[in-house]
Amino acid sequence: MRGNPEAHELIAPGSLAAVLHLLASEPGAWTPIAGGTELMVAHAAGRLTARKLVSLWNIPDLRFIRVEANSIAVGAGATFIDLRRNAAVAAELPLLAQAAGWIGSIANQSRATLGGNLVNGSPAADSSPALLAYDARIELVSIRGSRTVPYDKFHTGYKRNLLAPDELLFAVHLPRRFARHRGYLRKVGTRRAMAIAKVALAATALIENETVAEIRLGAASLAPFPTRLYRTEESILGNAITEETICAARTAVLAEAAPIDDIRSAAEFRRRVAANLVEEFLRELMKPEPRP
Amino acid sequence: MSSRWASIRFTVNGQSRTVHAPPMKRLLDVLREDLHLTGAKEGCGEGECGSCSVRMNGELVNSCLIPVLQAEGAQIQTVEGLAPAIDSGGALHSLQEAFLQCGGAQCGICTPGMLMAAAQLLERNPHPSREEIREGLGGNLCRCTGFARIFASVLAASTHAGSEKKPDAR
Repeated sequence: MRGNPEAHELIAPGSLAAVLHLLASEPGAWTPIAGGTELMVAHAAGRLTARKLVSLWNIPDLRFIRVEANSIAVGAGATFIDLRRNAAVAAELPLLAQAAGWIGSIANQSRATLGGNLVNGSPAADSSPALLAYDARIELVSIRGSRTVPYDKFHTGYKRNLLAPDELLFAVHLPRRFARHRGYLRKVGTRRAMAIAKVALAATALIENETVAEIRLGAASLAPFPTRLYRTEESILGNAITEETICAARTAVLAEAAPIDDIRSAAEFRRRVAANLVEEFLRELMKPEPRP
Repeated sequence: MSSRWASIRFTVNGQSRTVHAPPMKRLLDVLREDLHLTGAKEGCGEGECGSCSVRMNGELVNSCLIPVLQAEGAQIQTVEGLAPAIDSGGALHSLQEAFLQCGGAQCGICTPGMLMAAAQLLERNPHPSREEIREGLGGNLCRCTGFARIFASVLAASTHAGSEKKPDAR
């Protein structure tokens, strides 16, 4: 059944301060809408339950990418096109730049925002694995002030997160200390364009003295929300990459991944593909580092 | 509960327009119903098929996913504005000409969106490789042509648009 536009209120206060005051004045009453690539789909189908919406689109306080001394700060309102066109992101955060190109089509990337992708909280979110692999922190803001938490603590359950009713996701902070890390990113979907991930993996690792000194494995569609594969990381950390390490890592992935059967794929398939992706990353690490 | 209607002003194909509409009305519906610009089509209504593609502030967007309030102050171009001189007997846009020459349109439902996606691509990248064309049009579905003639049309338009064609990326 088609949604009725007259059944919904939408206002655009135009500034972050005005939006935060509105959220504080009636906590939980207002639903933020940025690029609309999620909520407008629900609206068209008559499934949008939010009655009062507040627009975050193009609020300058939220749409920025700033290169700071120790991190790159990406405003929640930055679009995936903004990320793809940013030279610092391309140079220092190639996994995030590449993942931004996975999000739907060009027309989706020009509207969909990084903040929207995270707050929507799909287990298959395209930007999440890269943020996990880069150890991102996220900043939440309200009229009470701001707080910064590790991104891997943000999701608390299927489509649930840490945001209080009067809070907005303000920015994602990406530490600038991955220049020496090796990176990996792969999404397995039904087709190359427009597909929702059956499984996706982003990974970074630091190799020192031929052993793995640091490793982060960020995965989509293996749990109710995007998640690090901590136990798999532990099976690899501190070891040289050998056939034994790869075998142990595969066993760890198969035990740790908790995917579901759904319309897009089967749990057993997802588990095995996840193990294959981790193995592929580790085999790349066995090769000499490619020089640009 | 009903929303308060809003007066929303934006520019469409170079002309300033003001519409009075519920703020959550989709830009696609405002273009088609209020402004009688029926080039943009509704295919899926969920941002998957690209038949509602228009350009807003120089970016390709799906007009079915935009609440019209978010178009306040925007510069919008629809397929009707691709060849602005056509009313005065002027030429088609090079892309429209190429689609005619190469058989890029069949039933026509996807064509306005294909043209806008291709126009967006060529503006930023006048000589795209085949791979870049596939990416630029990746969000536009056609169920008639099998895409080959559409890609050939865009390639032809890009070749005519400039003196030299960059070799394909691979």
